[in-house]
Amino acid sequence: MIRTLLLRGMLVGVVAGLLTFAFARVTGEPQVERAIAFETSHDHDHDDSPEPVSRATQRTFGLLTGVVAYGASIGGLFGLAFAAAIGRIGVKEPRALSLLLAAVGYTAIVLVPQLKYPANPPAVGNPDTIGTRTAAYFLLIAFSIAATVLSLQLSRRFVTRFGSWNGNLLAIAVFLLIMLPVSCFLPKIDEVPADFPASLLWRFRIAAFEIQAVLWASQGLFFGWLTQRSLLRSRL
Amino acid sequence: MAQSFESSCSPLSVALSPLTTDQPLSLPAIPFRELLPWLLFGGLMMLLVLYFVGAEQGATSLIQGSTVHEFLHDGRHLLGYPCH
Repeated sequence: MIRTLLLRGMLVGVVAGLLTFAFARVTGEPQVERAIAFETSHDHDHDDSPEPVSRATQRTFGLLTGVVAYGASIGGLFGLAFAAAIGRIGVKEPRALSLLLAAVGYTAIVLVPQLKYPANPPAVGNPDTIGTRTAAYFLLIAFSIAATVLSLQLSRRFVTRFGSWNGNLLAIAVFLLIMLPVSCFLPKIDEVPADFPASLLWRFRIAAFEIQAVLWASQGLFFGWLTQRSLLRSRL
Repeated sequence: MAQSFESSCSPLSVALSPLTTDQPLSLPAIPFRELLPWLLFGGLMMLLVLYFVGAEQGATSLIQGSTVHEFLHDGRHLLGYPCH
């Protein structure tokens, strides 16, 4: 059972990664190119030594590798989270549970952390603070995942005591009560160059949210569809 | 609390359920004892992949040079990881 769910999660993750790559290629890459053009036009002491990886490779095989590896790894963990969630959450139907988990995962791993630390295009960000920025970002994701697991567990108790509407609202309130102060006290980072085009920054960040939404939505929909189908077949 | 999950987790409960189509589909809960090793191993593997996609040769570096960083450059930016 767990074996099937893990394998299914990873395979769906690879497919979701391929879809996400196609989407990112169209919506994200033009923004990356424009940001790199801005970077080179402002970088006066630019060294002309050859780059170890060409732009052509970065935007094709590099992007593909990154997104598919990310998709497979999120997908595998999604399968395991699904295995842990079945029978423990109010939603019983597999395809509905799968979509709910995808929405919860997107909120916990992408939406909440990136509202504090949004994605940055090339040319934005001081190389000297990469350590602090990476640590703060990963710490926020860790807090967000922990708060999500806690509030999901509390939601079961809240629902039996206060009913499903109030119980679930209370569980969401617990999540917010943890995440608001955590987000607030983590260091504020704003390293956007003064003359960086605002519209480009906006479009890049929206693209980053959309790219993750494509990944999580396809993971949730395909995984739910396959699980529902295999369960229906096992009944016949 | 754990017993109530285990009591409902026999695969027979799915197989023996009536064959009506309007019956809501549901799966039995898997006991935590069985889930834990998978979650631990899966979590570790995921962290490793996320580390390579998101942070290797950025904040910290296990492999010398910048080839991994440059190869994964676009994915790192577009997936929202701090890049440089």
